[in-house]
Amino acid sequence: MSAREIRNLILSAMAFGVVALLPFYDTGYILSIATTMAMFTVLATSWALFSGPTHYISLATAAFFGLGTFVTGYGFQTMPYWSLPLIAGVLGAGLAGLVGMVTLRLSGVYFVIFTLGLAELVRQLVTWVQNRTGQRGMYVLTSITERDIYWQLLGMAALVFLVGWLIGRSRLGFALRIIGNDETVAKHSGINTALAKVLLFMVSGAAAAIVGAMLAPRYIYIEPSTAFAPILSFQVVIMALLGGTGRLWGPVAGVIPFTLLWEFISRHAPNQTLLLLGLAFLLIVYVLPGGVVGLQARLKHRFGQGGH
Amino acid sequence: MARVVLEVRNVTKRFGGLVAVNDMSFDVTQHEVLGIIGPNGSGKSTMINMISGTFPPSAGVIRLNGQDVAGKPAHRIAQMGVARTFQLVRLLPELTVIENVVAGAAFGHRRRWKGEAERYAQTLLDRVGLGGVMNVPVSSLTYINTKRVELARALACEPEVLLLDEWLAGLNPTELQTGIDLIRSLREDGRTVILVEHVMDAIRSLCDRCVVMSSGCKIAEGTPADVLSDAEVIRAYLGADEDA
Repeated sequence: MSAREIRNLILSAMAFGVVALLPFYDTGYILSIATTMAMFTVLATSWALFSGPTHYISLATAAFFGLGTFVTGYGFQTMPYWSLPLIAGVLGAGLAGLVGMVTLRLSGVYFVIFTLGLAELVRQLVTWVQNRTGQRGMYVLTSITERDIYWQLLGMAALVFLVGWLIGRSRLGFALRIIGNDETVAKHSGINTALAKVLLFMVSGAAAAIVGAMLAPRYIYIEPSTAFAPILSFQVVIMALLGGTGRLWGPVAGVIPFTLLWEFISRHAPNQTLLLLGLAFLLIVYVLPGGVVGLQARLKHRFGQGGH
Repeated sequence: MARVVLEVRNVTKRFGGLVAVNDMSFDVTQHEVLGIIGPNGSGKSTMINMISGTFPPSAGVIRLNGQDVAGKPAHRIAQMGVARTFQLVRLLPELTVIENVVAGAAFGHRRRWKGEAERYAQTLLDRVGLGGVMNVPVSSLTYINTKRVELARALACEPEVLLLDEWLAGLNPTELQTGIDLIRSLREDGRTVILVEHVMDAIRSLCDRCVVMSSGCKIAEGTPADVLSDAEVIRAYLGADEDA
């Protein structure tokens, strides 16, 4: 490890330590926003692990997330609580692997459409099963507090950052960058492109499912239409792109302002949240094509030249 | 008798009703530079694409060091020792020059990683004459330099057979001479190369042997001097002027 890497590691650990103290300061409104931010941090960062380097836009987050909430919904009374995120992670990775093997041979827009359809497919499947068994939604009544969820999510965020950092240094991470640049070159350079893509898609699928499992107690009542709500997939994509996927910390730089803005708008103009989503998307496309990361790089380029 | 590295036997490729390559057979021996020449549309690139695994042949056998590679996925064939350049240069635009070359070293026939891969990439960049521009983005390169990067990336795989698909196309006369000299130096290194080329000067000065294709079939095989004076080759390809 270089000195710079060690410095970054220490700084990250300190930042995590500071945000972990938040529940001692406030357990109400601020903690609730922070929990939402932590949730989107994990979702957007893990989304970017796959979609950032490969440029494959996945809208399947809601499918994995919903799967995770239902794992907790079905399992919390019969299984030890700590095992639920693990089970959700395994199922999420399994679903991602299955879907990946079928769809990652597709490229571009076909992949996007399929992943959007996947959340809907899983939702309909769960609804169908519930109708057959005469069930509707389900209550997840636990003694888990917002504070516990927050800490779990922070732990998960740390894990995702660690995994992302390790992948970035690995052959797999380099292979994905090559695939994102030119898949034909990747193949002819000896990269098993299908395997690399499926592996990373499984990582991000597992992370989203784990987040779902952790958050189920927060919703108290879960049903397919909310657990698999497609808006979640879009929020994750917008936040990750707003922050920028070129760096590991990029998505967080999108999550923080976007969550605050979303919160503000849903309090004062609850019907305009979709408008915010649309405007954010326009902003990204026209003003911030590389997200906050890209902006930082451009500013550094412009003002940093004198230093060289 | 030199060792045969690549064997092509009765290979045919059909695209629907079109027979792009028809019953082609030839060998490439170690340290040999084999030219595949022929008029546009004669099936040269299709042949290269089958050897490198872009798509499988419809029939026939392709063996690399005795192992069947026909129909294997491209990444397997690359790992087994076939590296290529592309007719239209393909670089990795978001990567630096040296990263482009490391891409070949990291996943190819002999795998290298980290410091070792970087040192090897540096050696190859020096080798192709790009020692000074290692860390620049590839978008700032001149045309011939993009070709050099692509060549270095293919060499970085340490292939048993190197496929150059019209690597000299589009170069101006000065660059062409530089390019020919570069490929000649590879030949002197003892590389095994298949060269698909239109530039007659290059074929004459670089190739040990040539296979001539026309309408998907092999119409001649031999030394450049022999095939280029072959009556059928002249008829099919060169017209009256053999320097065309």
